[in-house]
This record gives sequence, structure tokens and C-alpha cells, in this order.
Amino acid sequence: MTELDLIRNFSIVAHIDHGKSTLADRLIQLTGTVAERDMKAQMLDSMDIERERGITIKANTVRINYPARDGKTYILNLIDTPGHVDFAYEVSRSMRAVEGSLLVVDASQGVEAQTLANVYQAIDANHEIVPVLNKIDLPAADPERVKENIEDVIGIDASDAIPISAKTGLGIPDVLEAIVTRLPAPKGDRDAPLKAMLVDSWYDAYLGVVVMIRVMDGVIRKGDQVKMMQTGATYRLDKLAVLTPAMKDIEELGPGEIGVFTASIKQVRDTRVGDTITHEKKPAAEALPGFKPAQPVVFCGLFPVDANDFEALRDAIEKLALNDASFSYEMETSAALGFGFRCGFLGLLHLEVIRDRLEREYDLDLITTAPSVVFKLHMRDGEVRDLHNPADMPDLTHVDHIEEPRIKATIMVPDEYLGDVLKLCQDRRGIQLDLTYAGSRAMVVYDLPLAEVVFDFYDRLKSVTKGYASFDYQISEYREDHLVKMSILVNDEPVDALAVMVHRDRAESRGRAMVEKLKELIPRHMFKIPIQAAIGSRVIARETLSAMRKDVTAKCYGGDATRKKKLLEKQKAGKKRMRQFGKVEIPQTAFIQALKMDN
Amino acid sequence: MIVQDDWRHGGFGLYVHWPFCAAKCPYCDFNSHVSASVDQTRWARALASEIARLAEELPGRHLDSIFFGGGTPSLMLPETVDHVLRAARAAWGFANHIEITLEANPTSVERARFRGFAEAGVNRVSMGIQALNDRDLRALGRTHDVAEARAAFEVARSVFQRVSFDLIYARQGQDRAAWQAELREALAMAADHLSLYQLTIEPGTVFGRRAQAGTLRGLPDEDLAADMYLDTQDICEKAGLPGYEISNHAAPGAESRHNLIYWRQGDWAAIGPGAHGRITLPGGRFATEAHLSPGAWLNAVETSGNGESLREAVPSCEQAAELLLMGLRLSEGISESRHARLSGASLSSDAVARLEALGMITRASDRLRVTEAGRPVLNAILRELVA
Ligand SMILES: Nc1nc2c(ncn2[C@@H]2O[C@H](COP(=O)(O)OP(=O)(O)OP(=O)(O)O)[C@@H](O)[C@H]2O)c(=O)[nH]1
Ligand SMILES: C[S@@+](CC[C@H](N)C(=O)[O-])C[C@H]1O[C@@H](n2cnc3c(N)ncnc32)[C@H](O)[C@@H]1O
Ligand code: SF4
Ligand SMILES: [Mg+2]
Repeated sequence: MTELDLIRNFSIVAHIDHGKSTLADRLIQLTGTVAERDMKAQMLDSMDIERERGITIKANTVRINYPARDGKTYILNLIDTPGHVDFAYEVSRSMRAVEGSLLVVDASQGVEAQTLANVYQAIDANHEIVPVLNKIDLPAADPERVKENIEDVIGIDASDAIPISAKTGLGIPDVLEAIVTRLPAPKGDRDAPLKAMLVDSWYDAYLGVVVMIRVMDGVIRKGDQVKMMQTGATYRLDKLAVLTPAMKDIEELGPGEIGVFTASIKQVRDTRVGDTITHEKKPAAEALPGFKPAQPVVFCGLFPVDANDFEALRDAIEKLALNDASFSYEMETSAALGFGFRCGFLGLLHLEVIRDRLEREYDLDLITTAPSVVFKLHMRDGEVRDLHNPADMPDLTHVDHIEEPRIKATIMVPDEYLGDVLKLCQDRRGIQLDLTYAGSRAMVVYDLPLAEVVFDFYDRLKSVTKGYASFDYQISEYREDHLVKMSILVNDEPVDALAVMVHRDRAESRGRAMVEKLKELIPRHMFKIPIQAAIGSRVIARETLSAMRKDVTAKCYGGDATRKKKLLEKQKAGKKRMRQFGKVEIPQTAFIQALKMDN
Repeated sequence: MIVQDDWRHGGFGLYVHWPFCAAKCPYCDFNSHVSASVDQTRWARALASEIARLAEELPGRHLDSIFFGGGTPSLMLPETVDHVLRAARAAWGFANHIEITLEANPTSVERARFRGFAEAGVNRVSMGIQALNDRDLRALGRTHDVAEARAAFEVARSVFQRVSFDLIYARQGQDRAAWQAELREALAMAADHLSLYQLTIEPGTVFGRRAQAGTLRGLPDEDLAADMYLDTQDICEKAGLPGYEISNHAAPGAESRHNLIYWRQGDWAAIGPGAHGRITLPGGRFATEAHLSPGAWLNAVETSGNGESLREAVPSCEQAAELLLMGLRLSEGISESRHARLSGASLSSDAVARLEALGMITRASDRLRVTEAGRPVLNAILRELVA
């Protein structure tokens, strides 16, 4: 138990890659929390995927002891958060567990879209905000200009923003001191009934489900019998610990403290982030407000390339879901692809991460179908149905109208690329809501259909702005539009896994782009293959993949038989990454590639 | 015929690899080396000792064919060829109409040796003429020009009973009309056998590297290559040299008997660096491979009396696969019952039906053949048929 005055809890927030995790490293290192020999770069990013991609996906917490200049030793609980918009939910719930935020801004880049999104969340959570200007070691760093930029765009005082280099360690002592002097201590009543917020939970191979909590009131001890106020479930605490970042057992946690416990909980799904934990015997009178659960917004089908791997896929998905409550799955059957799953994700990066993990950690070859959003079908009889998969689109005569999710997107971009950005948004059926300038950077706000964004919008944005734009979005509402289902026919047979929902006015150009793409993606066969896009029975685009004309080895004599056999085996292995549709083999990657619009 | 005797469908031959060339051609990925001096006496002795070794394992056979391939075997001294042929005759004996072929490059150096080769017993040459215009010969890195090649060809015709030559087409910048004209010129030279190969870009060669770097320009696309192939079939057929194999054309009866042993899956003993053989022993059929580098091979033969680096059983299901890979290259096709005996099962009836419906293969009186339409896409057909 620690005096409230000696505790500081904070999150580190920033736009992607502005250096949150590197700053966390320096704070851990300078306070001697981790032995020097155990340090490694971005040490809190412990998942393989995080290390490989150099990004944070899951928020991470560390408890640090800091002997401050006032002679007292403080306990700092730091939460490093992800920068990518798909994982914004991790940031928002982390913020609810702490009182302040270090707002990291790359001094060579300035405020970006997620800087803004995160600040607004921090303000919402009533946080004290300490701006930190990172990467001042870079020649392009311009701390003074970025200070102005913060004041202009965000409207907070940046006069005492701390210039640092998380890379070289410059300025880190000032950050530690500011945490103690500028961030508020937590509040709470030690004698009140226990009230702890369930901040996060994950599955650990040795310990089972680990629950992270922030104690608001009361004291929690090992062996306590606790109750989850939303689910009503009760558990006995097996283990109580703090993260340093390794788990270190502790006797009790009091108000303002952050720690973890285990209690023989079977699955992560049994815990609800935002739930209130109290004592079974002496419960709190009322629960904390709780969080809105994270909603999957992007859906796609995942099918094994080899139909025999279905059970293995089911197994793998169930195991991954144990640890990630934000992705959903249900079984799906496709006429073309057989048995698989329709899965929901927080965004496209989340989708990629899950798919990568399934393929890698469970050694599966998967076909990913076109990502789609949830459309709302208003039926003539008044019923409203969710449509997760274009292939399930019912007979149009029963549908009165269709609604789609819209987003409010914020894009920040140097003005020389503004024209391209506006064109891109316009092409994606966007409606401009706002356009302002801060220096030479423009900030545009667009109302866009989520369906036009989930797929390759971000890639396109990066390419038209040479990587200089940043992007953030929130779902705003469902709205009616003229949406139709476009089917793709390969060799005169519809391939349900290629069906997409499109806006009627764009169906023709999308259809043409898709059939042209497919013509490149499908290898030539021994016969010619018509590829068509159709709305209902009306064909709107058509290409013909001509028959293969030549594939024969010119020279094959005595010594070549062995070589030839090996070559054939290699080609056969290549065929395995294709899927048979009627007489046609379609490569596994075509389902996603066909949708990319690179005009 | 029991599996042990299966090789008799193709006969028995000897392949002798001579791994040296005067220069390395930029498209060539054969086991060929440029070497300043070759001690031919040592090589002759080593080759003869390999023959003796194999003869002990394969008693009671008669050779239907011997083939000196390379590299450039026309750089062998006639005495070396003579030494090898004596050893082969002593080891196995020759069938009555034995074919003894030697690959020759058409330069003046080799031309001078032709009579000596014939005296040693060579009765057929296969000449690497490659192109009938000087600019393309230079682009192919050849050391001879057209005039020299024609002169060598004339000498060969007067010395050997049978003469064939090779051309490479679908070359850089070559169009359909140019190839048609060149092919007609070649046919006018009145050989009874032609090997006509589309230029293949092999990884690891100079052309391979240039292609990867994007600096090998003017190669035909798939459609042009297909048209050139069809033109070739057509023109040769009309000239009385129908294609009996994917790239080989002959007047009836003038086919290369040696190469037929490969395509019909007979047995062949193979000696010399990197040579691959297939031999049927009491314990079954085996694939053999010799040490690749000339030095290593010579050393192995001289010190241990064995130039083989690998000997591997070929189970009958793989023999069945090899029968398809090799046999379907021939216009005569393969015997289905022979294939079934080797594989222990019949071909996938689905695949066969699909290919038949597409007009890619035909079946009649136990023979499965690839049609004219199927030949240019044989690899795709094999992908369907080979299990
Ligand atoms: N030059 C320089 N590079 C830095 C500094 N701080 C971080 N970086 C580099 O910036 C990149 C991103 O750093 P991270 O710490 O992973 O950034 P992040 O904000 O945690 O990124 P996400 O978690 O993906 O949002 C890495 O290559 C770091 O090495 C700095 O002070 N100077
Ligand atoms: C084994 S080579 C050697 C023959 C002899 N050394 C010569 O070059 O004339 C036999 C034939 O293969 C053909 N050849 C070699 N490499 C080739 C390639 N990359 N593409 C097409 N044909 C090739 C040539 O026609 C050559 O004559
Ligand atoms: S093509 Fe013939 S001459 Fe040229 S390197 Fe190859 S084997 Fe030697
Ligand atoms: Mg990070």
C-alpha cells in the first residue's frame, strides 16, 4: 500500500511512430526498473508481430519506482499505448485508468491526425496533459515551430513542453520530474468498499487469464473473494501482482494503484473490460460507469486453402479469440470456398495481424475474402437485418432500402498534396465537412462511407501523399444510399467469395477494375475464361482471359528427367496455393488483390 | 512384360559426357568448362574404366546406341573416341544396327577430325549450327560463322552416314517471317534430322542474369513463341520431316535412336562428369549421377575406381511418372497398359476426361498421345496427369 500522494499514473499517447515505446524504454532504464543487460529496444512490445512491424498493438503497463528531486520515492504507473487507429480502443480504456497523459509529438513532424484524436480523448478523460517534443536529435527537428503548431491546432499551452530525445536519452530526467510535479496524484478512499476498474485482460500460457485492474476505493488482497459487478461472476484471487514489467507478487493494492490478478478464470471472454470489481461480502453500492465494448467494423471470410484444414482453423481461431475479445467469428459456408469463418475486426491492420498470426503460429494457408462492413437492410416488412457478407444479400424485392456506416475522417496533410487528398476522398464518395490550415499543413474533415475506407484507402492516401498525410476516423452514423450487390462470374459461374456491395453509380467502374485485375491475377488455363461483373443478371463488365498458348520444355534428354520431375513438383506445390472453382483455379491472393484500386 | 524387363521397351544405350568447350556460350547451362589443357590419355583411360565397372553390373547386354554429348565432344581426339568405343564393344558388344552419335561444333578445328571419328566407329553427327545468320551467331556467343558451319556440314555429310543439326529459334529480335525463311533454308540443306529448340533462358547463365536485370531485350512473348512453334511443326511436316518429339524432326526412320531410349524409358549407362543414367539391376531400377566437376570426377575414378556420386532407387510409381514426362513428348505417346503396370493404378479418369474434352490428348488402342494442340502446352497437361 502506498500513500496516494506518492503515486502518479499516466499514459503515453502520440501519433503512430512518434516514439511512445522508445520513451517508455528510457523511463524504465533511467529508473533502473529493468537490469541494463535485460534492456532491449521497445521492450514493452513483446508480441512477435509488434517486434516485426515495429508497432505497438496492445497497451502495456509498467510500475516504476522513482526517487524524485524532492527526496521522496514515487510509484509511477506508465501505460504505453498503440498509435494505430485500429487500436484506438486500447488507448481510450487505458486513459480511464490514469490521471494524466504524456503527449508525445515528433519534433520533426508536428501534430498529426492521431495526436489530435488522442488529445481529445485525454481531455475527455479529464487528464492533465504534459506535451513532450521528441526526436530533437534529428536535424529536421524544429521544437519551436512544433510548439506553435501544438498551440494552433490543439489549443493547449505548449510553452513548457519538454524537448527530449527518447533515442539518446536527452531530457528524460525532466520528463520524470514533470510527471511528479505536473501530474495530479490519484484520489480514493482506503476505507470505502472495494471498487476496482477492470482495465484489460489477457491469456497467459502459464497463468491462464490475467486481469489488470486500477483500484479506485478500498483495498484488494490475495485470497479475497471478489465479484464482477456486470457479469455477477465471483472469483477467489489466486495471485496479486504488479508489473515491473515482469510480474512481481504483492500483498495488497490500495486506492490509486494498478496491478494484476489471476483467479482461475477460463477465458478472456468471461471478463468484461470496464467492469467493476468489488468484494463479494462487502460490495460497493454502485458500479463504475463502464466502457462501450469495442465493436468489430470490418468483416471478411477466412477459409483454409486446403478444405481438410477446417478443423485446424477452427481450433486456431478459438485459441486466438481466447486472448482477443475484440475480434468476432462465426462459421460460414461458401459455395465456392467450402467451410470457413466470417470474422469481424477493429480495422484492416487488426485483420492483417490476426490473419498473420493464424498463418504463422498455426501453420495454416488461408484465403481471405474481400473485407466488407456491416450494412443494414431495411426489409419491406419493417424488419432490419445486419448484412455481414455480400453473398448473403437477399432477393431485392424484399428489401426496401440499405444503409451503410459512415465515418468522420480527419486527415492532416502538407498543402502541396491537398489536391490529391481531396480527389481521393471525392472518389470514395466523401463529403467535405471542414478544411482548415495550420501553417503549411491542411486539416480536412470528411464524411466518408466506411466501406470505401476499410480496404485500401489508407494505402492510397500514403501513396498519393508520399507518406506525409495522417489519418484518423470515428464511426458516425448509418445512412441510406443506393447500394447494390455486384457479383463476379468466372467462366460463367458466380464466385460468391468475390461478391461485393458497391454504390450503384460506381458499380461499372469498380466492376471493370475488378475484372481487369482478375484477368491479370488468374493464370492462363488451357481454355479461355470469361470473367464478368454483374448486377443481378445484368453484366456490367467483361474480360476474357485467353487460353494458355505455350508452356513446354524445349529440351529434355536423359539427364533432364530428374530436373523435370523436381520442377513439376514445384509447380504442383504452387497449385496448392490455388483454389478450384469449377474448371478454373484461382490463386489464394486474388480475393484481396482483385479489389485494390491503384488508378 | 514384368517390371524388371520394362527397360526393353526402350533398349539399352551408353551416354558419354565430354565436359570441355572452346568457349562458354551465354545461354548454355550444360556441364561444360573451358580448360586450357586436357590430358586426353588420362580421360580415355578413366572413361574406359567406368565402362568396365558398369559392364560388370550389367552383363549380357548389347548396346543399341552410344552418344558422345557435351560440352563439345568434337574436341575429343579421334584416338580418345576410339579408345572409349573399343572399351564399350569389349564390355557389351554392339547390336547389329548400332547408332554411334557424336555432338560436333561446326568449326574448322573439329571439321578436320571428322574422318578420324568415322574411322573410330562414329556413324552419326549432331551439329550445333544454332543460327543461319552471322549477327545472331555472334549474339549467341558462337565462335563460328555461317560459312564455316556450312563447310563443316558438307564435310560431315560426305563422311558420316547420318547427319543432324541443331538450331535455336525465338531469338532476340527474331520475327516469325525471319524464322520461317531461316527454317526453309535449313531444310534445303537436306539433313534427314533436325533439332529445333526455342531459346530457353536458364537461371545461372549470362542470359539468365541479363534477363533478370532486364537487359535481354527483344525476346518473343508467349503468343509469338506459340506461333513460331506451330510454324515450325507445319513447315517441317510439309518438308517431310515431321516432329516426332517436341523439338525433334526426322524423315521416317531417321529418328535419333539414342534419344528414343530416353523418351521410351529404356536403360542407359552414363559416364563422364555430371552424367545421369538409368539402369535396371536385379534389385530394381536405379538413377545414377556422376561427380559434376571434371577434376572431382577424374580424381574419383582414378583413386576409387568409381565416378558415381549418387545412386538412388527409382520406385515403379516414379518410373510411371518419368514415363509420362518423357514419353508424352513423343508423337507416338505412351502405352497405357505399360503405365498402369508401373504405377499400379490407372490415370486420373477426371483429368483424362477433361484433357480429352479439350482436345489435348487422344486415346486409341492402348496409346495415349498428346495432340498437336496439346504439344505446345505439354507442361500444363503433365501437371494434370502426373500424380
Ligand atoms: N532519431 C530518433 N528516433 C526516435 C526517437 N524516438 C523514437 N525514435 C524512432 O522512431 C521509431 C518509432 O518509435 P516507437 O517508440 O516504436 O514509436 P511508437 O510511438 O511507440 O509507435 P507505435 O506504437 O507504433 O504507435 C523507431 O524507429 C524509433 O527508434 C528519437 O528521439 N530520435
Ligand atoms: C548439349 S548442347 C551441346 C552441343 C554443342 N556443344 C554445341 O553447342 O553445338 C546441345 C544443344 O542444345 C541446345 N541448347 C543449349 N542450350 C540451350 C538453350 N538455353 N536454349 C535452347 N537450346 C539450347 C543447342 O542447340 C545445342 O546445340
Ligand atoms: S552450347 Fe555447346 S559449345 Fe556452347 S558452352 Fe554449351 S556445350 Fe559448350
Ligand atoms: Mg509503440
